[in-house]
Amino acid sequence: MQAFSSVTGVLAPLDRANVDTDQIIPKQFLKRIERSGLGPFLFYDWRRAGDFILDRPAYRDAVVLVAGANFGCGSSREHAPWALLDAGFRAVIASSFADIFESNCFRSGLLPVELPATQVEQLTALAMEAPGTEVTVDLEATTVIAGALTATFAIDGFYRDCLLNGWDEIALTLKSESQIAAYESRRPSFLPTIS
Amino acid sequence: MGTTTMAARIWEDHLVASPPGEPDLLYVDLHLVHEVTSPQAFEGLRANGRRVRRPDLTLATMDHNVPTRGGRDAADEVSQRQMMALEENCAREGIRLYGIGSARQGIVHVIGPELGLVQPGMLIVCGDSHTSTNGAFGAIAFGIGTSEVEQVLATQCLRQRRPKTMAITVDGELPIGVTAKDIALGIIARMGVAGGQEHIIEYRGSTIRALSMEGRLTVCNMTIEAGARAGMVAPDEKTFAHLKGRPHAPAGEAWDQAVAHWRSLPSDADATFDREITLDATRLEPYVSWGTNPGQSVPVTGFVPQPSSEADDRALRYMALRPGTAIGEIAIDRVFIGSCTNARLEDLRIAATVVKGRHVHKDVRAMVVPGSAMIKAQAEQEGLDTVFKQAGFEWRDTGCSMCLGMNPDILQPGERCASTSNRNFEGRQGSGGRTHLVSPPMAAAAAIAGHLIDVREMA
Repeated sequence: MQAFSSVTGVLAPLDRANVDTDQIIPKQFLKRIERSGLGPFLFYDWRRAGDFILDRPAYRDAVVLVAGANFGCGSSREHAPWALLDAGFRAVIASSFADIFESNCFRSGLLPVELPATQVEQLTALAMEAPGTEVTVDLEATTVIAGALTATFAIDGFYRDCLLNGWDEIALTLKSESQIAAYESRRPSFLPTIS
Repeated sequence: MGTTTMAARIWEDHLVASPPGEPDLLYVDLHLVHEVTSPQAFEGLRANGRRVRRPDLTLATMDHNVPTRGGRDAADEVSQRQMMALEENCAREGIRLYGIGSARQGIVHVIGPELGLVQPGMLIVCGDSHTSTNGAFGAIAFGIGTSEVEQVLATQCLRQRRPKTMAITVDGELPIGVTAKDIALGIIARMGVAGGQEHIIEYRGSTIRALSMEGRLTVCNMTIEAGARAGMVAPDEKTFAHLKGRPHAPAGEAWDQAVAHWRSLPSDADATFDREITLDATRLEPYVSWGTNPGQSVPVTGFVPQPSSEADDRALRYMALRPGTAIGEIAIDRVFIGSCTNARLEDLRIAATVVKGRHVHKDVRAMVVPGSAMIKAQAEQEGLDTVFKQAGFEWRDTGCSMCLGMNPDILQPGERCASTSNRNFEGRQGSGGRTHLVSPPMAAAAAIAGHLIDVREMA
């Protein structure tokens, strides 16, 4: 996984709540067997409808997205964070994230930043009123700085370490081999197996 | 008296390790795999020289992009490549695969219970959000992303923070014409699509107890649409009876041991939940979604609401609906009876009773897609296929089909569909398509009437 420490760049606003993963990356692009190359299809239907905010020149090189509550709801497709990453985003700011989407972000190297709704609104307003506004999201310091706003965010300490170090979670788990084997030896024998 | 919840008990049972400051490391009893969210996980294993730790606890099927007629050859080239990748990956790793043509193929969340692989007290994951379905057996079951699929393939373990618990108690007798789907839509209409975030929901109460296993599966299936991590129902005699004799259910002495364990699982009488909600089933009606998320639903006797937010406005524009329109006046073009939510035998039977002796409206194209090959075969034995076909329905092979439109079954732009599936998101059933979520009898009634209609008027 790509490590994340800090990113500075253009902040793009998507002022909608409940943005579902079907919108982030529609199903026809889930047939690929690769993780890469999904960026061009990010928000495909909304882009195709024309005048989509992220297509405005000022936001074209954005690296941080600020969006409405419950971002990433719906399907478990990890293609959603993959598409955001492939399109150049490194962090998404929202007042809440859908559980599976957030978990997928931690594992794919996209930073989910949860801030109170009032600060999300301030950031959204800033990005809309002054297109091209830059933001710094610092995971080490757990801060978001844009214009006059400095916000501190809370994040799960374990996943923060994983992101800062770009750790391979599977390698970490494999270190618990003796505990896994011990657990396996005490699993009840009535549990089903497929063989 | 104890105060432990069933969710906490099952969680504890699966703890491999709980390192301080880290999420718990949990053991996975069953990992279900399908063609869409697994190729990158297998690729990741290969790139790191890793193997599948427990192929004997892993089962694969093809469901998301399989055609529902014409077999495999009818699939587009990219879908075929994805199915082939699954075959190669399963062959290499020794994973059982029920692919196209197998008598046990079907929607991943339908075949697990059908084969008796989903049992009380288990921890079950799958790279699909509707894995919550399986909680109906008193299991913890939740959807995961592809990186987690890779982690489970490699280690059979998963790192998770312990979710909060929520009890949703539904009491009272369901009125005639009201189904498990309506319980789910009623709950989500009240809680909203983020209302369950970070929680495992335990569904309780006399209404839930009275539901068949199929009905409980439907309620748990829709849990993810309330934003919750997982949904579950305590196992009872109905659960045990449903399991007994299934291909992977325990037998003989193992059955007795298993049942003794299963009986120990339900939440203690004084269990405390982080949140509790109650619902009066006697006041429920058949629900219909009007918007672009499952929380935007009203009773069929209601009206398209006045928008109260920019999001409502947007949804109404997308759905091409005017506030104040009676739900029963909304004409439809398509009907889809299928999906992991509502394509089990009970769903097909109840839809067939509405359809029998009637004919699909001349302006409607309607299809039935059974939840599994086994359900299709059973339905045909009962003659349900004949009922549907004589009424003008298309009777298809199994798959996820038009629930998400990854196969050739999609809505055309502007088409309006009464659907027994789970998501009415923009473009979900096809770009520009408009979805109204309903129960199987309501979908059947709409097919006959040509518009959304209260199934209770068709008796």
